[in-house]
Formats: sequence, structure tokens, C-alpha cells
Amino acid sequence: MSRLAAMFSRLQESHRTALIPFLTAGDPSTTGVVALLHSLVRAGADAIELGVPFSDPMADGPVIQGSSERALARGVSLRQVLAWVRDFRRQDQDTPIILMGYLNPIEILGMRHFAEEAADAGVDAVIVVDLTPEEAETDTALLRQAGIDPIFLLAPTSGPQRVAAVKRLGSGFVYYVSLRGITGAQQQDWDEVVARVAELRRELAMPMAIGFGIRDAATAKRLAGKADAVVIGSALVQLLQQAKDDEDAQRLASEFLAPIRAVLDEELGA
Amino acid sequence: MAVYQQPDERGHFGDYGGRFVAETLIPALDELQQAYKAAQRDPAFQAELHSELRQFVGRPNPLYHAQRLSSEIGGAQIYLKREDLNHTGAHKINNAVGQALLARRMGKRRLIAETGAGQHGVATATVATRYGMDCVVFMGEDDIQRQSSNVYRMRLLGAQVEAVRSGSRTLKDALNEALRDWVSNVEDTFYVIGTVAGPHPYPEMVRNFHRVIGDEARAQCLELTGRLPDACVACVGGGSNAMGLFYPFIDDQAVRLIGVEAAGLGLGTGKHAAPLTAGRPGVLHGNRTYLMTDENGQIEATHSISAGLDYPGVGPEHAYLKDTGRAEYVAVTDAEALAAFHRLSRVEGIIPALETSHALAYAFQLAAQMRVEQSIVVSLSGRGDKDIHTVAALEGIHL
Repeated sequence: MSRLAAMFSRLQESHRTALIPFLTAGDPSTTGVVALLHSLVRAGADAIELGVPFSDPMADGPVIQGSSERALARGVSLRQVLAWVRDFRRQDQDTPIILMGYLNPIEILGMRHFAEEAADAGVDAVIVVDLTPEEAETDTALLRQAGIDPIFLLAPTSGPQRVAAVKRLGSGFVYYVSLRGITGAQQQDWDEVVARVAELRRELAMPMAIGFGIRDAATAKRLAGKADAVVIGSALVQLLQQAKDDEDAQRLASEFLAPIRAVLDEELGA
Repeated sequence: MAVYQQPDERGHFGDYGGRFVAETLIPALDELQQAYKAAQRDPAFQAELHSELRQFVGRPNPLYHAQRLSSEIGGAQIYLKREDLNHTGAHKINNAVGQALLARRMGKRRLIAETGAGQHGVATATVATRYGMDCVVFMGEDDIQRQSSNVYRMRLLGAQVEAVRSGSRTLKDALNEALRDWVSNVEDTFYVIGTVAGPHPYPEMVRNFHRVIGDEARAQCLELTGRLPDACVACVGGGSNAMGLFYPFIDDQAVRLIGVEAAGLGLGTGKHAAPLTAGRPGVLHGNRTYLMTDENGQIEATHSISAGLDYPGVGPEHAYLKDTGRAEYVAVTDAEALAAFHRLSRVEGIIPALETSHALAYAFQLAAQMRVEQSIVVSLSGRGDKDIHTVAALEGIHL
């Protein structure tokens, strides 16, 4: 069983919602990446989404754009990100790592080569933001051959044909974008999101993660027990900009995740 | 003989084009595609477009025989397709009118656009005013500095100009920002892309709105010379004026189609904007095409004397025409373009845009190798008034 499947089955037994923090690899620093990943796990992360910086992150809001630019300025490449994952795996064999990025840096390596390298480094799943299901036939086959789950996004506006395509090509879980717009925007109607996610989970027979617009314990609380996973990105990335050094980044991240972890577990007790 | 039919249903020109966007943008593109297909079939839409091109844009514009220049060169006859005589001074307005009419038909009240040199921004601001719509133009902060007179023109026309401070602060970043705005405001907003790039259906749609350039040129050339030209030459940044000129000639196999990219300071220096000549295939801004990208897949900074060619990608149909060999692509340096700028100004009394000057520079070289009874059609894509500050500054003159 893959690490992702094992994680979801473990959580499902206890009816817990997975907490998946997002970080841009190489921000706030390149020296503390692996230690920061471990600290996220200690603070309650069930899996980690690791952003691969790209020069033109067209689906991202200002916060993640900024982190991407800073990471690129520090010379971070996809190869470097894979090296960090490999390093992380020396101490952590269980926590799934999901890479999130754009297609062009992957294509330069070649999708087959990338899939093999990523699997070897210990990557479990990949979200390619600008790879839509209709363009993804060959690429998803290459990823799955290497044992990597291709994760697709669905939005409130995605129609039945798109849902069917994601069911056919995706695996691992489906990432539900809880709002229209870009990462970091505000969401209003969580009830609608929860209802749609429940429908999609039945239809797709895959775990559903909710992302975009989840900022804190209060928003996470509304989704506890209703989604299989929540992804928190912009709010954490923004916070980490204040870090004075690598230790401080770990402390900030832990303090940020702790209350969110608590509400996710608390709801379950209720 | 095979009839050219590109793209396919999903916007592929061979291996290029397609739709590489975030899921959140798909419904907006589907809505656009359906509306565009319906408009294409609607005689009332086509009639209004035609009427607007006549009454507001000033079409048809002439195919002008540059006789003094042709005899000075002593080779092929050079004919200039005078897109510079359109309202707002460039070919960009053809597409802006088409997309604005489509936006109105779709009930959208707000137009957004990206712009580099500002010509497409001015064209979009113009049509927004003409049809009573709001307009926001995204422009890289560096371009705002370089093209201050066009920024002022857009503001005079009532548009809001948004400075883009992300990335390299140029055209590609303005495009990213416009996509972000669109995905956040899709209910009331129409994104007027200014070139034959972006996700399907933009490359096809923008080409079709500009094909009037080639349709007119083809008929005018037959009328003036009794036969088709031997070559068509146009500058290529994103490639909209070139695609507009080339498209109606694609099945005329004897007509050479030549796109001229910006070699900037020289292809060997890395400071250029010539993805077809010196780049490689990749994915950016919603389509697969030739790009300028580094060994890590990051998009590279470009350089050209002309802001309108300063773009690291190119329309996917050009990528296809290059690979199939139907069109040829060459590159011309800043210095060569500048010399052509002066030559046309001094010999024919026409000041061309710096973008256009790239096409002219190559056409002059080509004409010299051809016979006097042969002919070349050059897309005179825009007038050079917007560039006089740049050119003057290079000569140490501050206006």
C-alpha cells in the first residue's frame, strides 16, 4: 500500500481529517528545509505539500508568488527539491510528500525521468497545476507506472465530464479548490463546499482534500470530519516570512499548526 | 491538395497549443469557446464586425507599393500592408474590436487586458470606451516606465492601468496577473488577450480576428500585380500580425511565409526574444509552444529594443508552422531593426514601429536577393510615433 493510501485508511478508521500544510521549497530559507518538514510532522501534519517554485505561477496569489520568487532567487530547482525529499526520507518513512508545481520545470527533465527520480527520492504524489485532465493522458500513465499518484484539482464550477475525467486519470486523492480564484483568497460559503465534497467523494470513490481559503483553526473547524484532508498554504507561507532564522521558522510553524490540529481532533471527539 | 485545417477541436496545432491552465479557469474558457463558435456562425455578428472594421477602424487599409525603396534595393518589389493606418495605429485593434463585440454579446461589462508596449492596451481601452465598458489594463512596472505615453493614452481613454510588480515586471507577468484577475472575476469580466497565444480558443480566435490582414493583402496583391506575392514577411513577438497575414496564404504553397523574431543584442548573447529561432518547446500561459527557458524550466528574461516583441513565448500555430516547414523563422538584431526604421522613414515617408522594423530589415535583405519581377508583402503592423522617444534617446537626443 502506498504511503498516501495507508495514511487515509489509518485516518478513516479513527474518522480524523488529515492536516496537510503547504510550503514552498526553499522559502523561508534553503538551509532549514528538511528540519522544517520534520517539525511540521511533529506539530501534527499528516502529509506535506511541497511547492516547486516556478517563474510564472499563474494560479497563485501574491503570497505564494512571493515565496516562489524568493526561492528562485535562492537558486532552488526541481532537482534540489527532490534532493531535499530524499534527505527527509532518511528519517521519515511514513509521512506522504506531495509535490505541487507547474508543468514546464517537469517537462525540461522529461516526465518519465522526473517520475522515476521523484519516486526514487520518496515523493508520493504530484499536483501539476496547469496540467488539465484532457492534456494528461500520457503523463498520468508515466506517473502511475513509477508509483506516483497524479492528483487533480476540481472546482465548484467543474462539470460532470471533468469529474469523470478526474475519476479516470487521478489517484491518491482529489484536491477540491474551495473557491473561484487564486490561492490565498477568502471563502464565504463553507456549507456549500462541504455538501459538494460529500457528493464528489461518493462519485469518485477517492479521498477529498479541501484547499484554497483555509487560513486558521476557525476555518479548519468547519471542515473537520467533513473532508478527508485540509490543505493550508498561503497563511503558513505568509507567517514564515517573519521567521528570524531556521529555528524560529520551525517554532512559528509548530505554533501555527497546533491549534488547527487541536480543532480537527476536537471535532472528532464531539 | 490538402487544405489546411488547424487547430483540432481541443485547440491543438500538431503537438502545440491546447489548454494548460488551472482547473478554475476551465469554465471561463468553455463559456468563451461556446460563445465564440456561436458568434462565428451568426451572420449578424459577422456583419457588425465588418461594419465596425470599416467605420471605426478604417479598413480596408491599402497595400502600398514602396516603389522608391524597391528601386533603391534593386530586387523584388516591396508591398506594405498598411496596418499602421488603422485607428490607434496598429493591427491590434482588429482583434480588440472582435473580442469586445464578443464580450458584449456574452453580457460582460468589464474588459481586462495585458500589454507590453501598450498598443494592445490602447486598443482595448479604445474599444471598451466605444462599447461603454469598464477597462483594466495590466502592465509590468518596468514597461510602464518605458512606455509612459501609451500609459497616458490609456488613462485618457478612461482605462485603469494596473502596475504589475511580480516576476520580471514585463509582459509575461502582466499576462499572469490578467489571468489571475479573470479567474477571480469571471462572471462579469472578459479577458481580451492581445496575441495568438494563451489557452484554447485564444490562438485560433485571435488569428481569425486578424486574418482580415491576409485576406485583404491577398486580394489587393492579385489586383495590383495579377498574381500572388513570392513571400510574406511579418515580425513575430507573440505573432498576431504574422498569423493574420500568413493564414490566408497557407494553402498557397508557392508563397514563402517568413516570421522575423527579435535577436536583440544578438542570438549568441542570450539577450534576445527569439524562442522559435533559439528556444525549445515547453508550456507557458496555457499552451505548449516554443519558449525561452533555462535548464531548470524557468522562463528566461528577454531583451528586445521593441517592447512589443519582448516576450519569451510565441503563438502555438507558429510553432507548428515552423516544425512542418510551412513557415520560416529568422531573427533580426536591435541594430538591424533600427537601421530599417530610419531607412523606411527616409525613403518612403513612413515611420514604422520598432516591432515592424524587424520585418522590414529582413524584407530588405531578402528583396536584394530576388528578381525585380518578384514581390514581397510586408505587414507594416504599426506606426512608429510611440517609439520616437526610444530612438531619439539612442541618438543622445532627449525630447
